[in-house]
Amino acid sequence: MFDPNNTFMYCLVAVVIVFVIAMSLRFIVLAWRRARKLGISSQLLRRTAVSAAVFTIVPAISILLGVIALSKALGFPLPWLRLSVIGALTYETPAAAAAAQSAGTDLSRLITDPEIFSTIAWVMTLGIVPGTILVPAFGKKIENGIMRIRSKDEKWGSLFMSALFLGMISAFLGMVFGTIREGLRGWIPFFVMVVSAILMCVCAVFVKVLKWKWMEQYALPLSMLGGMFLAIPITNLVDALV
Amino acid sequence: MDSYDVFRDYEHRVGRWWMLTGFALLLAVPTAICVRYDAWPPITWVLKGLLGVAPIYWTVGTIEVLTYVPMLGTGGSYLGFFTGNLTSLKVPCALNAMEAAGVEPGTEAGEVISTIAIAVSALVTTAVIAIGVLLLSQIRGFLESPALQPAFDNILPALFGPLAVVYVAKNWKIAMTPLVFMITLFICVPSLASSASVLVPVGALLAIGAARILYKKGLV
Repeated sequence: MFDPNNTFMYCLVAVVIVFVIAMSLRFIVLAWRRARKLGISSQLLRRTAVSAAVFTIVPAISILLGVIALSKALGFPLPWLRLSVIGALTYETPAAAAAAQSAGTDLSRLITDPEIFSTIAWVMTLGIVPGTILVPAFGKKIENGIMRIRSKDEKWGSLFMSALFLGMISAFLGMVFGTIREGLRGWIPFFVMVVSAILMCVCAVFVKVLKWKWMEQYALPLSMLGGMFLAIPITNLVDALV
Repeated sequence: MDSYDVFRDYEHRVGRWWMLTGFALLLAVPTAICVRYDAWPPITWVLKGLLGVAPIYWTVGTIEVLTYVPMLGTGGSYLGFFTGNLTSLKVPCALNAMEAAGVEPGTEAGEVISTIAIAVSALVTTAVIAIGVLLLSQIRGFLESPALQPAFDNILPALFGPLAVVYVAKNWKIAMTPLVFMITLFICVPSLASSASVLVPVGALLAIGAARILYKKGLV
């Protein structure tokens, strides 16, 4: 019987994880050296790195929860590998479920048939490849287009980039309103969004009025963590009201 | 290697090598499973499974490349697209780093700051998952406790609320059009909530259109 948690699978994960670590370190060295040449201080670069690390911890825990959830059907190695490269929580579960279904089973119990397991591994891998092909193929062309816009009109180039961000932020802010027709419970994401936005404003007051410069780097992770933490009493309160 | 163009060319060469090697490595994983266990799946199973996810995720993947590459810069794009979790982690992480460092995306300083933030984020994610799996028996009860569930259910609202404060407050005139459109759309068609990524370019086009009109009229 095939065991998805066997040593061979862990060895495959180890190879890919070592590759991810090596790639990340290579790009840190590349960017750090260039930043120093540009005159960006080591202090700012270190602050950037620490802030990114703090910001990442909680979302990474939610990714770990995804690994745990998928491990019930796929063991630990494959979900671990998939969620460390390219994958995203929103993609891996539907991909695994679709593959299992095509093989006439589901994800309700541990997959011990190697053919079904390899089907799932192939579908999870091939279902999300465009980024790895399109970035090397078209990344430079896309960047050159942005450079051209910037070089023609610096102010418009800056507004163009801001508009891109606002497009992304608008889509995800709008998504928060997707549940409000479900009653008071459906408003919970909205309440959490407002509370974390208020926390961000409080951080801004500390930075601007009290001159707590260090907080500038940590305002977003702190507000996000605060918002997530407050989601617990908000949910309890709403549950008590309905 | 002095000019930005030369540096970017070098980054693309390095990035392509890592990305394509990584791509080969990813394909090697299911291949190795098939070879080791002599378990080549029927091609129809794989195609049927792909039919269920590829149309939507290949579209989303293509849209993400068009939208996120200009934001993340060269190094950040190669790393971000290889290590994944873009929307919920890498893109906000890079935006936050650039904002806090006072550098603009699309500039050389923005590029290096974004790359460092994404690389650190990838390393920390790898470490958290590894530690989590190794210590699973000790932490599983805590992580999966129902009391904590609301916190993990609300990561995206808790993330995009503060981001909105930063970017919408700075460009509220431009933000109004895509925001009103998206809020109305999601209220009227709640089922779209699961495909928010597909709507990112729609929001971006609306915002770019609004920005252009306001810019031409001298209002921004």
